[in-house]
Amino acid sequence: MAEILYFGRMGDVTGTFSETCTLPPSISTVIDLRRWMDERFESEGSFLESTIRVAVNNQIVSDTTPLSDTDEIAFMPPVGGG
Amino acid sequence: MITVSADPLCSAEILKEFECRMDHAGAVVCFSGQVRPKAINSDVIALHLQAYEPMTTNGIRSAADAALERWPLDGLVVHHRVGKIKTGETIVFVATASAHRRAAFEAADFLMDYLKTEAVFWKKEITDQGEVWIEPRAEDYKDRDRWTSNKASAE
Repeated sequence: MAEILYFGRMGDVTGTFSETCTLPPSISTVIDLRRWMDERFESEGSFLESTIRVAVNNQIVSDTTPLSDTDEIAFMPPVGGG
Repeated sequence: MITVSADPLCSAEILKEFECRMDHAGAVVCFSGQVRPKAINSDVIALHLQAYEPMTTNGIRSAADAALERWPLDGLVVHHRVGKIKTGETIVFVATASAHRRAAFEAADFLMDYLKTEAVFWKKEITDQGEVWIEPRAEDYKDRDRWTSNKASAE
């Protein structure tokens, strides 16, 4: 089971901050997950935006990075504190 | 010292402790960021800050290391809050110490630009008109880019 985290406005898109879910076998990379999430939450492209970065196990990764069903995966809109 | 915590920040206490610890430094600069009561068309009730640990603290530590490498500092502190922060409360406190003022001013400025645009936080404004996620403005990115496009001098 993968742990998925939705930070910032992505939590509004999904209606939850986090969930554990089994990734379908068709998902092998980050871009596959983005597309799947976009359909699943009918987010009209939110998950595909280039400003939404993805972190796997606390590292920012590219769309071609392979995923495993035990990863912690975070969807991260633009950051900023202060 | 770096902390990311939901606990309230008392700038006066942190500054006093830092000044005592840095009593050999000629210059101490501090910045305190507070929750503004006014947004563009609404009254702000509070901010809600999310972090993602350990990425958030690790990132701030890297920025602190970059500041220590770039300026001749005797020390620095960064404290940042998460969770719900009410209007008027302190969100962030940064202090730097150096032999002379210029390095301390510039390093504090550099750290704040990092915190505003690159630190791993997400900020929601809770107002009397509703809630909205706040992302860095173009000016914030422009401020940050000063440190790479035109290297400031500490002399």
